[in-house]
Amino acid sequence: MPETIDTAGETDTNSSIDRRLAVEMVGLVLTGAVTAVMLTFIALNWLQAYPVVGEWYDQFMIAGQWMDYYLGTNVFQWSFMWQQMATGVLIGTVAPLIGTFLVHREMALIGETLAHTAFAGVAIGFAAGSLVGGIGTPLYAALIVSIFGAIGVQWLAERTNTYGDVPIAIMLTGSFAVGTLIISWGRGQRGISIEEYLFGDLSIVGAESARMMAVLSIVVVAIVLYTYKQLLFITFDEQAARVARLNVNAYNTLLIVMTAVVVVGSMQVLGVILVAGMLVIPVAAASQISRGFRETIYLSIIFGQLSIAGGLALAISQSLPSGGSIIVVAIAIYLLTIAASSRQVMAISTH
Amino acid sequence: MTPAVDIRDVSFAYGDAPVVKDVTLTVERGEFLGLIGPNGSGKTTLLHLMLGLLEPDSGSIDLFGEPVSSFEAGSRIGYVSQQSTNRGGSMPVTVRESVTMGRFAHAGHARLTDEDTTIVESALETVGITDLGDRLLNELSGGQRQRAYIARALASEADLLALDEPTVGVDAESRDSFYRLLDSLNDDGITIILIEHDIGVVTDRASRIACINTELFHHGDTESFVESDALAEAYGATGQVVHHDH
Repeated sequence: MPETIDTAGETDTNSSIDRRLAVEMVGLVLTGAVTAVMLTFIALNWLQAYPVVGEWYDQFMIAGQWMDYYLGTNVFQWSFMWQQMATGVLIGTVAPLIGTFLVHREMALIGETLAHTAFAGVAIGFAAGSLVGGIGTPLYAALIVSIFGAIGVQWLAERTNTYGDVPIAIMLTGSFAVGTLIISWGRGQRGISIEEYLFGDLSIVGAESARMMAVLSIVVVAIVLYTYKQLLFITFDEQAARVARLNVNAYNTLLIVMTAVVVVGSMQVLGVILVAGMLVIPVAAASQISRGFRETIYLSIIFGQLSIAGGLALAISQSLPSGGSIIVVAIAIYLLTIAASSRQVMAISTH
Repeated sequence: MTPAVDIRDVSFAYGDAPVVKDVTLTVERGEFLGLIGPNGSGKTTLLHLMLGLLEPDSGSIDLFGEPVSSFEAGSRIGYVSQQSTNRGGSMPVTVRESVTMGRFAHAGHARLTDEDTTIVESALETVGITDLGDRLLNELSGGQRQRAYIARALASEADLLALDEPTVGVDAESRDSFYRLLDSLNDDGITIILIEHDIGVVTDRASRIACINTELFHHGDTESFVESDALAEAYGATGQVVHHDH
């Protein structure tokens, strides 16, 4: 006897699925458009010293003044505000994008670990800066240290055959310990304020770190597009991927290094302690209601953008820390999706 | 023609504990091999050695005439692991997405073509789950999900299908139709290696049987296995024979 297949309920929900896809497409197109504007700003700001670009940049900022005029705000005329918003929007895209693979690979805490490694990197960057002076944002040092940390985590995982709690906990606390030692030593050299990096603060987003985030984001998105199939396969069934002769260790290393890069880019706004939230919460929300892996990615990015938009609006208007605001909005979205998915389950079970 | 799998004097140990010892075994193309043995007898380890997931401590293994360590044609092998090792139960993946993964080894970094799509659709049809294509894997019953994994192996156009206890947790009726599906795939010329704890199923379906408990106790056609006392010898120590009446 053939297996009975329950298709009831599917036909009458077809139109609601179509509507959902349409809403998602609108969300993605909006995300794309906003991201394009932000990247344009960063490029113009970067190259404003060149003759023609300088004029375009001025035009862009004049448009910002008009926006403030019509909206009654005091945001869009300021270059530093655009830098903060641009960094936020880029985080809202790349963190959930990488997070989708991490969460379903059950590596959610890797982001947290790498953020703590990056903290040691920031400390090293500050210390080096106070010794040598003028080497730019400490995020460069954080980037290098964090990538080494990522390769270290991967090395441990390959030797213990797992992304187990214990090596992760050792790595997390160990690098944070090193960071605190360097900070306390550095305080003697020069006044260093580290709280911004711990809890996230829009005021440390400068032109240089916004530029770094832009470059990192473009590279990460390009790599994910190029290796989407391989990343999906190792996420779904690592053993079958090995049998299909995919270089699983290489793709794992790639994923974890991209995580390190995204974490470093995001920590200025979100803070060391909260950065993992942006990798995990939008994905958890999307996974509650999505109908496939591709849709999970789309919804994760949309929820990520909503969290960033809501969180930044809250932070800027109420002078609150950006990291906490963004994560609280993300959690609110997550709770809404849980409510929505339990309603879905009820709708199915009443058929 | 070179055999599908050629294992010579293979041993493997985890630390000091030997799991597979001096096993020599050949799987001919088109064969349906049932791999049986008590719990902890090294069946899964032997299968992993054949597929190149583990490296033997000594001995050699050839896949389609090539040493397994340098075997690159990943699309020729379809592998259906025990349910617990993949994320079909938790990750939101549609049936069609999971079957499409069978084409990934062919496509590499290139975009999937219309031909890939056609092959995926026909794989779904062969295992009879076309109408479940847009459903999430984790919404399916155990039997339907195993069909999806078989479809993935078919989509990769594998010549060799390796299955590790594919019907654990699957109800009896779906299990029968699942094994009928394996039979018909085998009739089409696909080599099958099946690990199964239910010896009745294996003796009904497989053309040859390998019975192991660290060492190889029997390797030959099904009739000679049933007549031999390999089963009692292999299971002697643990005495866990599962019988299943058809």
